[in-house]
Amino acid sequence: MKFTINGKAYDQDVPEDMPLLWALRDTFGLVGTKFGCGIAQCGACTVHVDGTPVRACITPVGAVEGEAVTTIEGIGQTKEGKALQAAWLEVDVMQCGYCQAGQIMTAAALLKETPKPTDADIDVAMDGNLCRCATYTRIRAAIKKAAGVALADTREA
Amino acid sequence: MDDVKISRRLFVSAAVLAGGGFVMGFGASPSEAQSAAARLTDYVAVAPDGTVTIRAKNPEVGQGVKTMLPMIIAEEMDVDWAQVRVETAPVDEKTYGPQFAGGSLTTPMNYETMRRAGAAARAMFLQAGAEALKVPVAELSAVKGTVVHKASGKKLSYGTLATAAAKVPVPDLKTVALKDPKTFTLIGQFKGGVDSPKIVRGAPIFGIDTVVPGMKYAILAKPPVYGAKLKSANLDDIRKLPGVAQVFTLEGKGDFHGIQDCVAIVADQWWYAKSARDQLDIVWDEAIGVPHDTATYAAQAETLLTGSGEPIRDKGDVRTALAAAAKTVEAVYETPFIPHVPLEPQNCTARVTADGIEIWAPTQSPGGGRRLVAQTLGVPEEKVTVHMVRGGGGFGRRLENDYMVEAAAVAQKAGVPVKLLWTREDDIAYDYFRPGNYHRLRAGLDGAGGLSAYQAHGVTFARGGKTAQGAGITPDGFAQITVPNYRLEQSLIETLVPTGYLRAPSSNSLAYVHECFLDEVAHAAGKDPFDFRLHLIETAGKGPAAEGRGPDYDLKRLKVILDTLRTRSGWDRRKPAAGEGFGLATYFSHRGYFAEVAKVRVSPDGTWRVLKVWVVGDVGSQIINPAGAINQVEGSVIDGIGELRQAITFDKGRAVQGNFHEVPLMRMSEAPHIDTHFVLSDNPPTGLGEPALPPVIPAVCNAIFAATGVRVRKLPLTPEALAKKA
Repeated sequence: MKFTINGKAYDQDVPEDMPLLWALRDTFGLVGTKFGCGIAQCGACTVHVDGTPVRACITPVGAVEGEAVTTIEGIGQTKEGKALQAAWLEVDVMQCGYCQAGQIMTAAALLKETPKPTDADIDVAMDGNLCRCATYTRIRAAIKKAAGVALADTREA
Repeated sequence: MDDVKISRRLFVSAAVLAGGGFVMGFGASPSEAQSAAARLTDYVAVAPDGTVTIRAKNPEVGQGVKTMLPMIIAEEMDVDWAQVRVETAPVDEKTYGPQFAGGSLTTPMNYETMRRAGAAARAMFLQAGAEALKVPVAELSAVKGTVVHKASGKKLSYGTLATAAAKVPVPDLKTVALKDPKTFTLIGQFKGGVDSPKIVRGAPIFGIDTVVPGMKYAILAKPPVYGAKLKSANLDDIRKLPGVAQVFTLEGKGDFHGIQDCVAIVADQWWYAKSARDQLDIVWDEAIGVPHDTATYAAQAETLLTGSGEPIRDKGDVRTALAAAAKTVEAVYETPFIPHVPLEPQNCTARVTADGIEIWAPTQSPGGGRRLVAQTLGVPEEKVTVHMVRGGGGFGRRLENDYMVEAAAVAQKAGVPVKLLWTREDDIAYDYFRPGNYHRLRAGLDGAGGLSAYQAHGVTFARGGKTAQGAGITPDGFAQITVPNYRLEQSLIETLVPTGYLRAPSSNSLAYVHECFLDEVAHAAGKDPFDFRLHLIETAGKGPAAEGRGPDYDLKRLKVILDTLRTRSGWDRRKPAAGEGFGLATYFSHRGYFAEVAKVRVSPDGTWRVLKVWVVGDVGSQIINPAGAINQVEGSVIDGIGELRQAITFDKGRAVQGNFHEVPLMRMSEAPHIDTHFVLSDNPPTGLGEPALPPVIPAVCNAIFAATGVRVRKLPLTPEALAKKA
């Protein structure tokens, strides 16, 4: 099976029904993409397939054959990904950090689609990504910092 | 985890680093410190190029200690944070002292010792500088890793002085001069996590990312009812499945913290092991689970609450005071079992060879895991090496090391290194749950609206006749100190379900019960909840300490945070719209004082959301790293609100809920605005992993009462409970 992952070509036999998550982690050794729930409830495994965010834990690898996959290891090569990684550090988003690869991948897709997101845009885009440590306040701020919009939380208080 | 005595004798020793440089070792005795330094890798090292390496000694599970503890040493050493490289220490409690993450204890147990160790190192560099420059040491100062002689303008870097400094006698830690906190340049600054640059790039730093040469992947099929026995399984069919290398059983030995009867599947990749497990046709003898239903527990509790329990505390004469009260208030409260669900599922990598056992584990208690592995596998403890690997959340779940001993046993039997990984469903099914509890509370008001009597009977869970782990009904410190007649009773229900410590154990349910009830009592007295508490503080006699909840409960500290919160939240000017309400609660736990006001909105259909939470806390004289501190508070607040919606129920001993769709965590759009403020008091700094969590739960419930008139006396809080009257 042929894939392009983070711009690099791979040709390897993988069972078609193996979820992309496990092919990335255990076949290709790209362990930055994380396992959290296995049923697309937490978003820790978010990657991009041809630019669209997908949950790698429920995406059979056969379904992405021949497509371009981007993971957290490669997202820094994009304008949005680079800005988000810098903002994540500046705001110091992380507690345990386990969900943050998925958060950054979802946020990168948001910024590509909506370069200047509102709080409502952020809510809609990010609601599928759980953070058990609940760093949501800082994830919101870091997305805005990366987008270059005002940091204040404009939601009703 | 709350009652660990905070005192630790610490010794340091120094040695010359191979190739030149300074290394300082720590130990609980002078000889241990010497041998630590002699290894030339411990605890603080300064290389000739000026790089400072500091070992972070405690497990990092997101609470920020890997950054915070080295900051303390670097501050007193007067080195530039940019010069510092932080490495995770090996697990060696003889050298490093207690190495665990729990009880919000890392700060109180280490702040003073880390400062003194850093100050000793600084004194040695200054002395080495005095000898090199041939000037009195009193004329020197240390600035960002450089010894400076102001009069002559001469400077020598720590790197240059490192080898000489290592030969200077180590000063007495008891008398070494510490910096005046007013001169701190690093402590109190916003510093990002030391691992964060790796995290944002997806670098392999978590337990689940561990790879060992020749490693296989393992999954277990464990009993759905704790302690159930394996009757039969189609192991031969499973052995034939793709990618499966080995299939075998492990026998449970009845160790509550250890291995249960299970089937282990070892495969070339984890997906093969998981897919094979889906084909497993397994039969358990789970008859022992039959009496363990949530409904049965509730019925038992109801019966028990009609009588009296075992007295835990008895002060004054509650019976007489209640009989004489002008008004009495009574209520029954209930909390459910809830899970930990750290986002990184339980995992561990183990390699067993003739030389010993090597473990890579995201654990909060590496030393405990090491002992468990040694005992279970019958090897001497010194043959077990545990590497602390960053944990994707802990919340108390990783104080248990069941996954660690399982990985070691599977690796031993398989004869190859193994990475064991649980699914999320496994994580929930095999949790050591926060136990639920049930309470009957009675309060008596005197003629002036003051609280004259407080009686609480709590029903919680037992294992083998003794209060189960994490289940204790401890006295509510505030009521115990402020109310003249106070009685607490406890009754127990035997449970099969494993229980354990969840972030702010006991407090995470007891704060809800007592602070909601206190709000009811204030309402019955016709008083504002701030005024009611302040009146109790002012009239409190000298009561006993809040035993079992750390050191003495200092009402003066509580009063300051209440006053500050009242102002910051605009409490006296609040103007809730229709369907909105404000609620107050406060709690003292893990040596931290927190008071919180929540603003909520309840819709007619009963759905509710928290719009804003104001938090005021007192954790002593110093916020060491505001970046981590504020993050912990915000996380605790949102985590606590999430707990309002969670419950694990049991059907014949099996946990009913399976994954996040049945255990709702808070999401981005649900997280409220949070205003965090720390009051600095003249007390030693204490930890922040837990104490901000307990008060938010009752603050939200009290706000819901203000919004709707409905008292939330039973969790989880469902829209149905509020829809009728909202």
